[in-house]
Amino acid sequence: MTTTLKLSRLTKTYQGVKALDAVSLEVGRGERVALLGHNGAGKSTMMKILLGLIPYDSGEVQVTGAAPGSAAARKRVAYLPENAAFHPALTGREMLAFYLRLRGEPVSAAAGLLDRVGLGSAAGRRIGTYSKGMRQRVGLAQALIGRPELLVLDEPTSGLDPVSRRDFYTILDGLAADGASILLSSHALTEVEARTDRILILSKGVQVAAGTLADLRAQAALPTRLRVRPASGAGPALAAALAEGVPQADGALLIEVPDGGKLAALARVTALGGQVADVDVEPPSLEDIYSHVSRRDGQ
Amino acid sequence: MTRILASFTAEFRIAVRNRWVAIAVVMMVLFSAVLSAAGSAPTGALGADRLSVTVASLTSLAVYLVPLVALLLAFDAVAGEIERGTLPLLLAYPVSRAEVLIGKMGAHLAVLALALLAGYGTAAVAAVAVDPRALAGLPALFRLFWSSLLLGATFLGIGYALSAWSRRPSGAAGLAIGLWLVAVVLYDLALLAGIVASGDGFFTTRVFPYALIANPADAFRLFNLAASGATAAAAGVGGAAGSIPIWDSLGSILIWPIAALMLAIAAFRRVVP
Ligand SMILES: Nc1ncnc2c1ncn2[C@@H]1O[C@H](COP(=O)(O)OP(=O)(O)O)[C@@H](O)[C@H]1O
Ligand SMILES: [Mg+2]
Repeated sequence: MTTTLKLSRLTKTYQGVKALDAVSLEVGRGERVALLGHNGAGKSTMMKILLGLIPYDSGEVQVTGAAPGSAAARKRVAYLPENAAFHPALTGREMLAFYLRLRGEPVSAAAGLLDRVGLGSAAGRRIGTYSKGMRQRVGLAQALIGRPELLVLDEPTSGLDPVSRRDFYTILDGLAADGASILLSSHALTEVEARTDRILILSKGVQVAAGTLADLRAQAALPTRLRVRPASGAGPALAAALAEGVPQADGALLIEVPDGGKLAALARVTALGGQVADVDVEPPSLEDIYSHVSRRDGQ
Repeated sequence: MTRILASFTAEFRIAVRNRWVAIAVVMMVLFSAVLSAAGSAPTGALGADRLSVTVASLTSLAVYLVPLVALLLAFDAVAGEIERGTLPLLLAYPVSRAEVLIGKMGAHLAVLALALLAGYGTAAVAAVAVDPRALAGLPALFRLFWSSLLLGATFLGIGYALSAWSRRPSGAAGLAIGLWLVAVVLYDLALLAGIVASGDGFFTTRVFPYALIANPADAFRLFNLAASGATAAAAGVGGAAGSIPIWDSLGSILIWPIAALMLAIAAFRRVVP
């Protein structure tokens, strides 16, 4: 696997406050990596450093094999800043034409890019009249210009409605399949869960967890939940048989099974035979893992 | 080159949309028209053609107006990008900060050129309409035009530097107005005070000529007055034009725009988005 982005022991201090503390990360070709963390965790700082926008104190940064912010790196990297802003007096098409020219691409590509992010009909309107979601999509459209090797997207889905979010991730999937690497930050854990290959969790500049979702689950060793629904009339009997179960509003029992005890618990439930209508197995979600590592880290 | 063109095109569009073009054009036309009308009385007696006389008064106008328009166009250039939050994305693109600024300067110079063409053109038409000999003044008007652009470029560059230093448009606007006051008003007053105090002493003979040439606005005035031989008509600081070689003032108005652009680029390079 070729490495598109490599950070090792990256440290950055703002007036005595550590925004990043020895953070290491590698992103390979075609890989999608999510950067998670509370506000102020250091996500935007990390992104600005690897774009060469702000200096760092120590550590190593390599972007597509070049120094961050070098001409070579900037040619191959696309960026979508947090709260992407554009000049309100220009239309979407004119703004895209500007960015296309900066990358030496034909201006005629603007219409296609705007269509791709669903802004085709608003292309001739001034950006000052756009909603936040529409501006976000202009930001996405400019990030698609050329064939970037690495896309750095800072909270790209903030301000997008659920349908737009899905469309957005579909576009990202296509890019990653074509070999582009993607680093994105997010608050929305559930959407990242299914749509990224690896996850890095930052807390106050410290890397508190990193890996695939499966890795993180194993590391956190969180309980799995079984949701057992009783057959009609079997509720009380089931509650007696599964004394540790917590009754839910819909009549189901929720059982927390410690890491590694899932099969044994399932065997017990199946043994109850006709009393059970259905069982759902809920592995610890990213949300659980996230609050687990954040709590452990003293939040 | 296409990157400079990108910056130029976007900036020029923005200037048109934000009515800067209209404001600058109206301002120049208005002042030129007033000057043409006011300067009508005593011309024939001096023997100069009507347009040459108008150029002399346009020069005095341009000394104030061109730096002002240039600073108004420039103060938002970097600070505005910072405030709108558009700078991080721009600087992530494969474009150098010098290219961005040169493109902006080209666009702002184009706006200024339009305003000057309209204003000086109005004055020329008015002069030729009443005095057919006024065509003889066209070379002087052309000289005023390109030297005005150089003066504008100087203050554009300085305006960009102020914009980068202050980081906020309001702060940059304040600095720009302050600079304008100092460079085109207070500077001359201070020099006059120096002359009065020194008489024919060291300041008047040694320092004053260089102090005049060092200020781009004064150098611009000296150059145009000296070149058109209109020094007799000019009072105050302009009266010194005769004693300073024209090459010195020409050198000053040629060097200043380059120096100002380099200053602007250096200031912009130090901006952390
Ligand atoms: N320009 C700055 N000056 C001082 N501190 C800053 C600056 N930018 C960010 N910080 C601090 O650095 C930390 C990380 O911020 P940031 O990277 O924006 O976090 P995130 O994007 O994860 O919300 C925060 O404590 C923030 O207050
Ligand atoms: Mg952030």
